[in-house]
Amino acid sequence: MATVTYSQASRHYPGTDRPAVDKLDLEIRDGEFLVLVGPSGCGKSTSLRMLAGLEDVDNGAIYINERDVTNLPPKSRDIAMVFQNYALYPHMTVYENMAFALKLRKTPKSEIDVRVKKAAAMLQLEDYLSRKPKALSGGQRQRVAMGRAIVREPQVFLMDEPLSNLDAKLRVQTRSQIATLQSQLGITTVYVTHDQVEAMTMGHRVAVLLDGVLQQCDTPRALYDTPANVFVAGFIGSPAMNIKTVTLSDDGGIFGQMVLPLTRDQIAKAREGGDGKVTVGFRPEDCQLVSASEGGMPIVVDLVEDLGSGANVYGHTAINGSEERFVVATERRTSVNLGDTVFVKPRTDHHHAFHATSGVRI
Amino acid sequence: MLDMAVEGPKLLMLLYGVIGFFAIVGLLLLALDKVSGRRDRWVALGFLTPALLLVTIGLVIPAIRTFIFSFMDADSSDFVGLDNYAWIFTQPETRKVLGNTALWVVLVPTVATTVGLVYAVVVDRAKFEGLAKSLIFMPMAISFVGAGIIWKFVYAYRDPEVADKQIGLLSQVVVWLGMKPANWLLEPPWNTLFLIVVLVWIQAGFAMVILSAAIKAIPAEITEAARIDGVTPWQMFWRVTVPSIRPALVVVVVTISIASLKLFDIVRTMTGGRFDTNVLAHEMYVQAFDSYDDGRGSALAVFLFLLVTPIVFYQVRQFRKRRQEAM
Repeated sequence: MATVTYSQASRHYPGTDRPAVDKLDLEIRDGEFLVLVGPSGCGKSTSLRMLAGLEDVDNGAIYINERDVTNLPPKSRDIAMVFQNYALYPHMTVYENMAFALKLRKTPKSEIDVRVKKAAAMLQLEDYLSRKPKALSGGQRQRVAMGRAIVREPQVFLMDEPLSNLDAKLRVQTRSQIATLQSQLGITTVYVTHDQVEAMTMGHRVAVLLDGVLQQCDTPRALYDTPANVFVAGFIGSPAMNIKTVTLSDDGGIFGQMVLPLTRDQIAKAREGGDGKVTVGFRPEDCQLVSASEGGMPIVVDLVEDLGSGANVYGHTAINGSEERFVVATERRTSVNLGDTVFVKPRTDHHHAFHATSGVRI
Repeated sequence: MLDMAVEGPKLLMLLYGVIGFFAIVGLLLLALDKVSGRRDRWVALGFLTPALLLVTIGLVIPAIRTFIFSFMDADSSDFVGLDNYAWIFTQPETRKVLGNTALWVVLVPTVATTVGLVYAVVVDRAKFEGLAKSLIFMPMAISFVGAGIIWKFVYAYRDPEVADKQIGLLSQVVVWLGMKPANWLLEPPWNTLFLIVVLVWIQAGFAMVILSAAIKAIPAEITEAARIDGVTPWQMFWRVTVPSIRPALVVVVVTISIASLKLFDIVRTMTGGRFDTNVLAHEMYVQAFDSYDDGRGSALAVFLFLLVTPIVFYQVRQFRKRRQEAM
């Protein structure tokens, strides 16, 4: 049972001009599954490794259960970590891999045995206990890595992209297994991934990082519905949100002949240093295909991704002389063909507005 | 300057040799090209013949002759049964030789590998790693004879009663420490240990390079996992590092063992095998080429071969095992 707190934690690699992790403030609740997500190089893995003690904290502090662990070695932090490449000891059997940490702590043999067997049963590894890692499949190795963390019964689980070496189908399957396991065990978990689908499906809360700076930390639903800035809006969701910076009028953002209405409050905020522009976004599924007479935006179709349950329609249109690309998610059995011109109308209550220069939600 | 009167004929011979070689190879290829029918077999035979011929002349026949000579007397005229082998194991001098060789084979691989391993671990990821590694690796570039001569100077001794200066490094260091230098290479059993130091000095660099590469090949995540699991540096070394580099360790120990068994040059250049420092390979040389006793020389050669064979077999098996594991 543990909480984790990052307090202004920073990591600055010597010889680089900006910190890899910049003044990270994050509170993780007891038993929570928190996902750190962001594009590569955003500092998510570094943040995790700082918590593990594998990376120095140059400024600020990290607490586990109110205990300052900033300068403690990894083994004194009572954490367990699952690595992307699993990092199993190749010369040890599955059993020995799982028992290793307990053995180092001089846990009685009988207790080690009970705990290893229990974890093996949870992960369907009983038949493989005497095998070496090289005789296992990728999925099995991944489960051994999980098992090695579970037998420790640590305060916090740390997982660094544990699914990225699995094939797509196994990844989806293991994703739900890990989420289930975590809720059964109730152990606070920090999980790093670059995959926003993984983040959204697994995390109780998701922290989005960019360039070492925390952008937003909230529930998956809140991230999706009210992204704090343009980056989060574009990063979360697949296909990505349509985001355009357009001319601001007294009523809203001008999309060709169409105006996306904004509230007076939003318009006032957009005007402050916005240079007469506003950034507006709407999700592919938050718009409809309408007929020409209903005043939608005309879009020439470049590509149709038919998913069976629906289709993603990619197309372009000219706004103020520049070609802008859009993607629209259509319902099942809507027939759209390459080269067609379709008319798109965003649902007026579901669009997002951001300040044109700062990118902050308004 | 080349003296053409002397060198001319030699160069001419060289030219003939090269022309002859290409002529034979050319003729062979031409002949193979003309052969029709079961071509593959002929082609294979054509390419194998020169190599087989050379191996037969250079290796197989001498080996068989050596084996036969080992059962014959000094000038290979009469069979003497196992007398030569009996001589190896019964004479006090030859027993001393066997004992010394055993000392070399036990001490050099263990000490050189240990030194190389500890050094590799200590300098791993240190700032001055490149320099530190070049320093210990440099002796590898020196021939055994060169090393023997260098160390002969290190061990050089002047009687302090007569000379007021020591030219040997070791002797001078001992003087600085306020003790009396000794004639290092004359007093058994220490002199053998002093010779062993020379081979350790050479082989430690080899061990270090191979083991350092193996240590670097251990994935960083494994050592990180071990740190999180809570290993002390000592446990990291014994339970993670050493098991991970086991195959490299085996290769190093085996290679150095064979080098120690066959050691000849250092003993030859530094003591000439006198003062109880003789080893098998050197005694073989002395018997065959100084005493002209082909029987005893051959018997020693066969015995040495028998000692090396199982080690080579072991090494080949290890290689095969690793290749299978890799597949």
